[in-house]
Amino acid sequence: MSIEAPEWLDASGPEADLVVSTRVRLARNLAGHRFWGRNGTDEREAILAAVQGAVTAIPQLSGGRWHRMDRLAPGSRRWLHERQLVSREHAALDQVDHPRSAAALLVAGPKAIMVNEEDHLRIQAMTSGFDLGRAGAAAAAVNRDLGERISFAFDPDFGYLTGCPTNVGTGLRASVLIHLPALVATGEIGKVLQGIGQMGLTHRGLWGEGSQAEGHLFQLSNQTTLGRSESDLMDHLGRVVHEVILHERRARMVVRGVPTIEDRVGRAWGVLRHARMLQVGEMVDLLGSVRLGVGLDVLPAVPMHTLNRLLVLGQDAHLARSGGQGSEADDLPVRRARIVHQLLDERDLA
Amino acid sequence: MTSCHDCHQREAVVHLTEVVGASVNTVHLCGQCASARGIAADGTAGPLGAFLATISPTAGMPEAPHGETLACPECDATLASIRASGRVGCPTCWVAFGRPLRDLARRLHGATRHVGDRYEDPAAHPDAPGRRRQRALDALRRALAAAIEHEEFEEAAVLRDRLKALEDAP
Repeated sequence: MSIEAPEWLDASGPEADLVVSTRVRLARNLAGHRFWGRNGTDEREAILAAVQGAVTAIPQLSGGRWHRMDRLAPGSRRWLHERQLVSREHAALDQVDHPRSAAALLVAGPKAIMVNEEDHLRIQAMTSGFDLGRAGAAAAAVNRDLGERISFAFDPDFGYLTGCPTNVGTGLRASVLIHLPALVATGEIGKVLQGIGQMGLTHRGLWGEGSQAEGHLFQLSNQTTLGRSESDLMDHLGRVVHEVILHERRARMVVRGVPTIEDRVGRAWGVLRHARMLQVGEMVDLLGSVRLGVGLDVLPAVPMHTLNRLLVLGQDAHLARSGGQGSEADDLPVRRARIVHQLLDERDLA
Repeated sequence: MTSCHDCHQREAVVHLTEVVGASVNTVHLCGQCASARGIAADGTAGPLGAFLATISPTAGMPEAPHGETLACPECDATLASIRASGRVGCPTCWVAFGRPLRDLARRLHGATRHVGDRYEDPAAHPDAPGRRRQRALDALRRALAAAIEHEEFEEAAVLRDRLKALEDAP
């Protein structure tokens, strides 16, 4: 069975016990072209051709792999979404038979570019753990190289012009995927999330906009994009995330030794190790509890990268692609349980 | 599969998290029930469209008595179409509807001016073909004429200054 997971899930970055990954994305549009919703297939193909032409001359991107979302099978589109490389809309998961024309994705290591998404370009860079500086620098480097070769729509007053006014200005959305189970257990999470909102930030679930906080994983990100510089926006998010990390660590001191918490993480460990069938939401929730148990020293020291990898490798399209006998949906819970056992057993052998 | 909170039948694809006091409530909805509540599930109206549609009318773009039928010279979008879709049509719309979009930006971002990286368009370089520069000049001239025609003199003054700056640029 092939066990490959994205490199930004290797738990090598700062604060990797709490923060799974950091992402910075920049929304960009090409000058002289209409935005999504008012452009047609020909214009979208022209946009894609311009971007592909520019990419061939950029060393950091030229070795990347292009995916035409409008020509990929639904399973492959879902696989890319599970790796958090494309939005739900770009993968057309809700309109399986109608992916957007000329929708494409370039993947070059931890950098990716969605073409013909809500904006002509969504430049993204991912890093392991809590590392806004590294993700921001990687996204900025792609932005610089592309912007020298194709003309971005930019206005001296409004900054980078976008289809949706919520992204205008820097077009920057920085987000940190963080695990906050102790704040949920102590009931403080509501207050924390409310405070985040009051500080111009927003929160989402594991799968982005509109998703729920499965496994007590939250994506914290900046809400506004205009009126502050890129570095200001990232510094502000960074300071708040740092505070949230301190709160979570304090809450862990409070829940340490609480029988109901230790019982929950112990049960999660038992189910993950011995279940013969696992549903995907169930797996994510159990992995969250085990992650907390490892952090509280209640459970064996499972490496964080193993728990991170399972979050992705245990998803439907990854299981379907990983081969074996048949790929019917009802077989997936069995396969999911199998890969969970396999990766948790590897820990014992290591 | 999580079933929809409203119809209890279809799979939920929209997950709304509400924070009330110290509790976090998540409501799961299918695409149809989300639409019925005025929330877009497929991204066609987007968060802004939902925002404009569900929050009080004064939270959206200001009424522009003359601007409703004014079309963008580049893509034919109107202020009404932008309001309905929650999306701007093209880069020129940001010039043609500068004032209402600035008002909207103030509400969304608490700011109206970009202070981040300054971008130097390779096409604006003196050696580059002047096609895009000409297009920008044309758009500004048309927007200025429209502003004067509708007696929006404050807007016209801003457009005139920008036109002059672009004309004087090397």
